[in-house]
Amino acid sequence: MTNLKTFSLEVRAWLEENCPDEMRQPITSDKDICWGGRDWKFQSKSQKIWMELMAKKGWTVPTWPIEYGGAGLSRAEEMIIKKEMKRIGARSPLDSFGIWMLGPALLKFGTEEQKKEHLPPVARGEIRWCQGYSEPSAGSDLASLATKCEDMGNHFIVNGQKVWTSYADKADWIFCLVRTDNSGKKHHGISFVLFDMKTPGVEPKPIKLISGRSPFCETFFKDVRVEKKNLVGVQDKGWDVAKYLLTHEREMIGGQHEVAGSLTRPLHELAATVLGLDNGKLSDIMLRAKIAETEIDEWAFSMTLTRKLAEAKAGSSLGADSSMLKYYGTELNKRKYELMMDATGHDGLEWESERSSDGKLARTWLRTKGNSIEGGTSEVQLNIISKHILQLPGA
Amino acid sequence: MGLVLNEDEALLQDTAEGFFADKAPVKELRALRDNRDELGFSQALWKEMAEMGFTGVLIEEEYGGVDMGFMAAGIVSEQMGRNLSASPFLSTAILAATAIREGGSDEQKLSWLPKIASGEAIISLALDEGAKHNPDNITAKAERSGNGFKLNGSKAMVIDGHVADAFIVAAKTGSKEEGTETTSLFLVDPKSNGISTERTIMLDSRNSARVDFDEVEISGDALIGNIGDGEHILKKVLNAGRAAVSAELLGAGSQAFESTIAYIKERKQFGKIIGEFQALQHRASHLYSEIENARSAVMAALTALDKNDDNSENICAMAKAKLGSVAKLASQEGVQMHGGVGMTDEYDIGLFMKRIRVLQELFGDASYHMNKVALSNKY
Ligand SMILES: Cc1cc2nc3c(=O)[nH]c(=O)nc-3n(C[C@H](O)[C@H](O)[C@H](O)COP(=O)(O)OP(=O)(O)OC[C@H]3O[C@@H](n4cnc5c(N)ncnc54)[C@H](O)[C@@H]3O)c2cc1C
Ligand SMILES: Cc1cc2nc3c(=O)[nH]c(=O)nc-3n(C[C@H](O)[C@H](O)[C@H](O)COP(=O)(O)OP(=O)(O)OC[C@H]3O[C@@H](n4cnc5c(N)ncnc54)[C@H](O)[C@@H]3O)c2cc1C
Repeated sequence: MTNLKTFSLEVRAWLEENCPDEMRQPITSDKDICWGGRDWKFQSKSQKIWMELMAKKGWTVPTWPIEYGGAGLSRAEEMIIKKEMKRIGARSPLDSFGIWMLGPALLKFGTEEQKKEHLPPVARGEIRWCQGYSEPSAGSDLASLATKCEDMGNHFIVNGQKVWTSYADKADWIFCLVRTDNSGKKHHGISFVLFDMKTPGVEPKPIKLISGRSPFCETFFKDVRVEKKNLVGVQDKGWDVAKYLLTHEREMIGGQHEVAGSLTRPLHELAATVLGLDNGKLSDIMLRAKIAETEIDEWAFSMTLTRKLAEAKAGSSLGADSSMLKYYGTELNKRKYELMMDATGHDGLEWESERSSDGKLARTWLRTKGNSIEGGTSEVQLNIISKHILQLPGA
Repeated sequence: MGLVLNEDEALLQDTAEGFFADKAPVKELRALRDNRDELGFSQALWKEMAEMGFTGVLIEEEYGGVDMGFMAAGIVSEQMGRNLSASPFLSTAILAATAIREGGSDEQKLSWLPKIASGEAIISLALDEGAKHNPDNITAKAERSGNGFKLNGSKAMVIDGHVADAFIVAAKTGSKEEGTETTSLFLVDPKSNGISTERTIMLDSRNSARVDFDEVEISGDALIGNIGDGEHILKKVLNAGRAAVSAELLGAGSQAFESTIAYIKERKQFGKIIGEFQALQHRASHLYSEIENARSAVMAALTALDKNDDNSENICAMAKAKLGSVAKLASQEGVQMHGGVGMTDEYDIGLFMKRIRVLQELFGDASYHMNKVALSNKY
């Protein structure tokens, strides 16, 4: 306990000294989020310095072992760093699919060479990854995926199509689920492979979303050559890797809301600014009740996140509880944005204006609708809770 | 972190779990109800709870308690909630013990706390007056009279008031016109002249009382703390009460949920176990998520009280709001998923729904606390 206390004082002092002022400002646009990668253009000098300083300390991935770019810290220590960052409003130095998803999977299933080759560049923000899971006919039923992967002896050849591949057009590498065998049950014969997005035959095509943005793509593969050393885990048994990775993805999506929440203004403050108070109470009393209910739910959920992380060991997965966090956190986030749209009324409807930063709120509101779809839909999470936690028959 | 039980707490949880499941399971409540028991709880159980140290959980060792703190008190409450165990734990070991500990004189502490810890005294808080919890609107009045006071007013929902050895009465003192009106607390003997007590058996087969005070003479040393200390002491008492009731709601809600899950794994219709129907699965999984959040809220509230957190009042309010809603949902879904048998007296699920209905009302329902939370955040 005392160790943690000293640690938290050290963290506080270090952050105070090293986190640039600009990196303590609330996030107002996508550009404020640092994704890293070969082609990454830092939005400012501070963004670059901040990412590099944190990477040097291993704090972009605090719980990863030091030899792979982390700081070898415990979950409790990682939570302290997060808490201290939150205290001063520090932005995340680096966000990426490599950190959230590939890293944990490689740490568990990768060979020593794979870890050495792929993890440090993720920790340093040098390589940006994307996730090739979903296909047109394999969404919720992911295990029915059909992208074909032929074993050519000393290498593989991949042919097929992925869809909803977030940032495929901006990513350097992809972790991809492919079918190496279709003779048995659908969960068998899936393999987890890695390849460079610059490999000949890889072609991402951006898809335009309801928010007007194009953060994800259809991704086509035509005779793409994949080296054998880039197979993660056992051939045909990639489903184990895929599922494990998903628990980390879900935990991240569930918790993301909390992180984002701490960097934006509380809902009631936004509502009070727009609608005003009447005798000390928000003038729209019906909305007031909904806001109070939602903020209490947010508080209770943030306590659950803290509790579940405190219960879990460093680097371990939360298992099926990650589905609970994912389900609840994303539904809550959607509720919150609905109320933000209610609170801002006509103002929130502006799509193209300086006043609204080109519809920032409206576009984010639309984006939150994807929270309960990406990483497995809410219904799929409820199925997982029914099956693995409640052990209901037939789930 | 406080959100994960430490070793002592985990041990206490095991002990309390076994104790209440063994000594005070739901069928004991049924027996008390069916026999129209005079007390409404088992005196023998209360004595055993004292021997276990439960009654003295919030009382300092010098007064015969074990002083284990609020997390421990919550653990006991939760297990009582799971078993619908009837006892004066809430009225006496939580509310009265906190009031006397926080505001009592040395003499008051000496004469009451050891008796609470040993299970000899039952003390009831006489606070609310109307249909809804409203501690800011007390109308009972204590006027100076000689060396003491004269008390007038009517109280309702005085938990265990029908068997109390003492009341802790919240009344106005001072004068409104002169701007000196404040709230004060008094320890009052229920046998005093001018007090009439009506036992009110509630829908959960537990007992409260309506108590009328008509020109009741009380001595000066009945005052807890000083004139006007009532508000400050009541804050502490209500925080403790709200957290403990939240913990009991967690126990009752969890048990209602778990027995429902067990039921839908057995019952067959349409040639299938009804737990196979996704319409039920998804609602059950949603409820699982809510109960996890409810547990976090209760633990956060108990931890805040143990740490004497500045924000305790707000945290306890949030917990009470959350638990009121979640436990209600658990009992309503529970009855529904039981189908016709959920409506019968034979099945326990209805008893849980009744207890939860009472608990969610005590010391403010979800709406009351949502409003409180909004005000404390200035909206
Ligand atoms: C913003 C966003 C980003 C994404 N990023 C990526 C990415 O980077 N990489 C990637 O591989 N994929 C990504 N996806 C894809 C995502 O994983 C899929 O959209 C998701 O798994 C759902 O699949 P689907 O779209 O085919 O919907 P479907 O599976 O067709 O679902 C349609 C509806 O049916 C329901 N449903 C389906 N099966 C069941 C069932 N068994 N029980 C009850 N209801 C059911 C669903 O819940 C949903 O409501 C992203 C999606 C979004 C929205
Ligand atoms: C007050 C009252 C009065 C009644 N009066 C009469 C009367 O006069 N005459 C008479 O004949 N009957 C009467 N009934 C019986 C009533 O019709 C049945 O209780 C009702 O049809 C439900 O059947 P069950 O109780 O066997 O519940 P079950 O069928 O066992 O249902 C248990 C739960 O499973 C759910 N469930 C069951 N099947 C499915 C499914 N396929 N998909 C999703 N969920 C499912 C149900 O919705 C319920 O939540 C009465 C019941 C009550 C409570």
